[in-house]
Formats: sequence, structure tokens, C-alpha cells
Amino acid sequence: MTRLMIALTVVLALLFCTALALGPANIGPFDSLRALVIDDQGALTLVMREIRLPRAILAVLIGASLGMTGAAMQGYLRNPLADPGLIGVSGSAALGAVLSIQTGVAATVAFALPLSALFGALIGVFLVLLLAGPRGSSLTLILAGIAISALAGALTSLTLNLSPNPWAASEIVFWMMGSLVDRSMTHVWIALPFIVVGVALLASLARGLDALTLGEDAAESMGINLKRLRLTLIFGTAAVVGASTAVAGAIGFIGLVVPHVLRPFVGAKPGRLLWASALGGAILLLAADIAVRVVLPTRDLKLGVLTALIGAPLFLHLIYKTRKDGL
Amino acid sequence: MTLLCVKNLSLRRRNRDVLKDISVEIGAGELVGLIGPNGAGKTTLMRAVLGMLPSTGMSSLAQLSAPDRARAVAWMPQAREIAWPVTVETLVTLGRLPHLAQGQKPSSADKDAIEQAMGYLDLTDMRDRTATRLSGGEQARVLLARALAQQTPLLMADEPTAGLDPSHQISTMQTFSKLAQAGTSVIVSLHDLGLAARHCTRLIVIDDGTVVADGSPAQVLTPDLIRSTFSITAWYETTDQGVVFQPLEVVI
Repeated sequence: MTRLMIALTVVLALLFCTALALGPANIGPFDSLRALVIDDQGALTLVMREIRLPRAILAVLIGASLGMTGAAMQGYLRNPLADPGLIGVSGSAALGAVLSIQTGVAATVAFALPLSALFGALIGVFLVLLLAGPRGSSLTLILAGIAISALAGALTSLTLNLSPNPWAASEIVFWMMGSLVDRSMTHVWIALPFIVVGVALLASLARGLDALTLGEDAAESMGINLKRLRLTLIFGTAAVVGASTAVAGAIGFIGLVVPHVLRPFVGAKPGRLLWASALGGAILLLAADIAVRVVLPTRDLKLGVLTALIGAPLFLHLIYKTRKDGL
Repeated sequence: MTLLCVKNLSLRRRNRDVLKDISVEIGAGELVGLIGPNGAGKTTLMRAVLGMLPSTGMSSLAQLSAPDRARAVAWMPQAREIAWPVTVETLVTLGRLPHLAQGQKPSSADKDAIEQAMGYLDLTDMRDRTATRLSGGEQARVLLARALAQQTPLLMADEPTAGLDPSHQISTMQTFSKLAQAGTSVIVSLHDLGLAARHCTRLIVIDDGTVVADGSPAQVLTPDLIRSTFSITAWYETTDQGVVFQPLEVVI
């Protein structure tokens, strides 16, 4: 392990403990961490195990997913502006969730919301594959992704537009801002299998992404199967982004900014950037989730709003720096 | 030993015959110059031979599995793409990728191959420089070094000398000669017929998708062929300083 990976892991571990120790109930960090490990048969263990732990775990899982997908997308398209939402999966997952809120299924059936979001993601991937075809250049994938994103976005707006129920409409709007409030261990179990499989798929791309530094032709001549690489990327992205959006809503900018920030630290090697961005994404999302609890604890500041608020200026700064380097 | 065997290769794209019934055999230790006017099909031929374009007929390289092919032939495309600001050494190291499993660290043999490739192309002093910030000619040398580091019995390069200064054009061709003498065969597409005449052991002339001549430079570069294929006249002489080929006028 390199120094960068060790440093990122240490920061992540510290933030994870902070996230667990932090809460509205005024309890010391050591008491709360002890209650997490040793069952005290009381409220504290319940709070730790059922409220704070799933929230912290989800922040790590989703942050890591978004960071790694962003790195994989940027590596595949050889474009630092690519992000996990590009292939339309987050848009179609959001549509699935919105429909379940609008129809009221989300309020009556347990976990109907994340499951219908996953279903939406599945349909999105299927359509992207159908449009982009099993082989072909990265361009067709971008075009198919844009088309699906636009369609899903339009249908989401239509649902809001036609919503006769103002409460449903406002619930939809708030859900789409992204949040980890009141998520349970069941949410973790829904997302975990998809994220584990997706992360494994994306991590297997390291070699191919390194080779793609030289372009598609040279990569192919070095024995990289571009068709398989593309399918692996699509399925990996769909699994992690679909699951993330299903349990937490749309959280932007992490997949865009994290690989960008970490790229100089890994010598710009796209393969090494994958795991570094996973750790970086987990750190950023965990930090953002701690921030929404500390900054405005009573106002339920949405996570996606905060990541965009942090991400956009950071991104502008990066553009400014790139311009100064004369690139 | 035959490194490449192509038989009756044809390729049709958009109702146009791009390659027509091409048969070529390349043995060990040859430096083959692939010459022909723009649009003759040089790049298409190389890509079809590598199995990157669907074609009819037979190419011994296209029949190999992708990993085997990557150990049999190295390919330097014409488009000089370097997507990320990696160092020169990192980029050359990518050439060892077909020899390494995922996550495997380069061995000392791999490192030797990388050092040798960088040495051949005069890159040892710029190993830590960022490849994307180099000039076009320097980038071409770095990309060629990547292909050399792959250490395959056959090397194919699409216009490797385009954009290089005269001294690096000559030293690149001399590197190819050195490789050929050591048994590695090299196929390069070239537009500079002077370089081709002076350094290649064999020239294959492509015009309109067919092989119109194949042989040593002296056999191939006849006034008739130069006139009919390239529409130019040229001065060709074997001097005491080697072969000199100088294009003169356009023939209308």
C-alpha cells in the first residue's frame, strides 16, 4: 500500500468514528462507541446500532461507489468531466423512486422506494445497452446515456408537473436532493450486494483503463478486450449508482470532483486512481454527512445540496488551476 | 521464420473496395517500408492485418487470441494519443502490460526492457517529465518507446517519423535497422521515400488497395513506378554515402 492509500484509510477511519460518536443526544464519544460494541440492553445501543451505524456505513459505501465510478468513467472516456450520472442510471433510478412516491406505494409498502428505484436503474441500463449496442466507440455510449438521462429527467418533471398532491410533490423534491437521514440496516442490506458486485467489477478495469491512456487502438493491440471492458463498466456503474441512488437519492459532484482532486497524487495513472477515488469519495461523503448534522442540525440540510455547494467551487478552482497550467 | 502471413486479404467498406486481394509474407529480420499515396490503404491494411477491422481472407495475426497477439506484435497507431499527464517512464511501462497480470509488479526483466526502449529513443534524460507537456515529436518518440518495450518479434508503426526533426527521423530508422539486424521485424508506413529508400530492407507499395510492387528499394523505386503511383519524378542514385532518393517534380 502506498502512503496515499494509508493516509486516506486513516482519515476515513477517524471520520467513521466521528460520525458514530456524533449525535443530538449528549453522550461522550467513548460511551457511545462502547454501547455500539457491547449491548447495554438500553436506548444507547439501539441508537448506535440502528441509527448511527447504518447511516455511517451507507455514507462510506455510497461515497466509495460514486468516487470509484467517477474514476472509471473518466478513465474510460479519457475525459476529466465524465461523472457517474453520464450513462443515465442515476436519472432512471430517480424516476423509479419518484413514481413510487407519487403513486403512494412508497408510503404503504415497506422499502418500495429503494426497490422501485433499483428497478428504474435496471430499465435504464437495459435501454442504454440497447441504444449503444454491445460494441462500438465510447461516443455511442455517451450519446445513449445523454438520451436516457434526458428522457428520465423529462418523465420525472412530468410526474411533478401532473402531481395533484402538493405533499407528494414536495416529498419528491426533497428526496431528489439526496439524504442519509433515518436510513436503517435494511437499507444497508439492500444496497450492499449491488455495491460489492459493482465495486468488484469496476476494480477489475484497472489494467484496461491504464492501457486506454494510449487510445482505443493501442489498448486493443495490447490485448485489452474493449467490448468486455465497456460491458463491465456499464454493469459495474449501473449496480453501484443504481443502489446508491435507490437508498440515498441523487448525490452529485462526488464522482466528478474526487478523481480530479486525487489524480495528481497517483501520477495520473487511471488504474491506481480507482481505489484512491473510492477512499476519497467515502471520506468526502462521510465528511459532508457529518457537516449537515453539525451545521444546521434542526433544519435537515440535504446531503446532495451540501456536496454540490462544496463541489462546485472546488471544481471551479480546479478549472482555474488547469487554465494556469496552460492546458 | 515467418512472422506474418497474409493471404487474399480483402476489405469492403461503404460499398468501396478498400483492400483487394492482398497477399504478403514477412520473415524475421526485415525492415519493411509500407509506402503509397494518401488514401491508398496503408493504415487500413495494418489494422486489418491486426484483426481490428473485419476483413475476408487470412491474416496469421488476426487469428491469434488478443493476449497472444499482444505478445506477437506491437502496434503504434498514427493518432498519438496520451490521455493523462503521466510521466514518460509510466507511459513506456505500459508497453509491458501484455506481459503482466493485473496488479503484478514489473520484474527486473520488464525494467530492462523499459530502460532499453528509452535508451533507443534517447528518452532516458526525460523519464520524469510529463508526457502530455512534451512536443509532438517528443511524444511520438515516447509512444514508439512504449511499443518497443513490448518486445514483440514484430513491430508495426503507422508513420512513426512524421513530425520528427531530421536527426530523430534518422535515428528512429536506425533503431529499426538495429532491431531488424537483431531479428525483430519492423513494418513502418512512411511518406518520406528518401528515408524509406535509405533504411528499409524491403518496400511494399500500396496503391488503390492493391500491392503494386514488393521488393528491395532498388527493385521497387523505378522511374515508372514512381511516376504511376506517386505522380512524381525523382532522382535515385547509389552513392558512396549510400542510397539517395530525392523527389523532384510533380507529373501531371
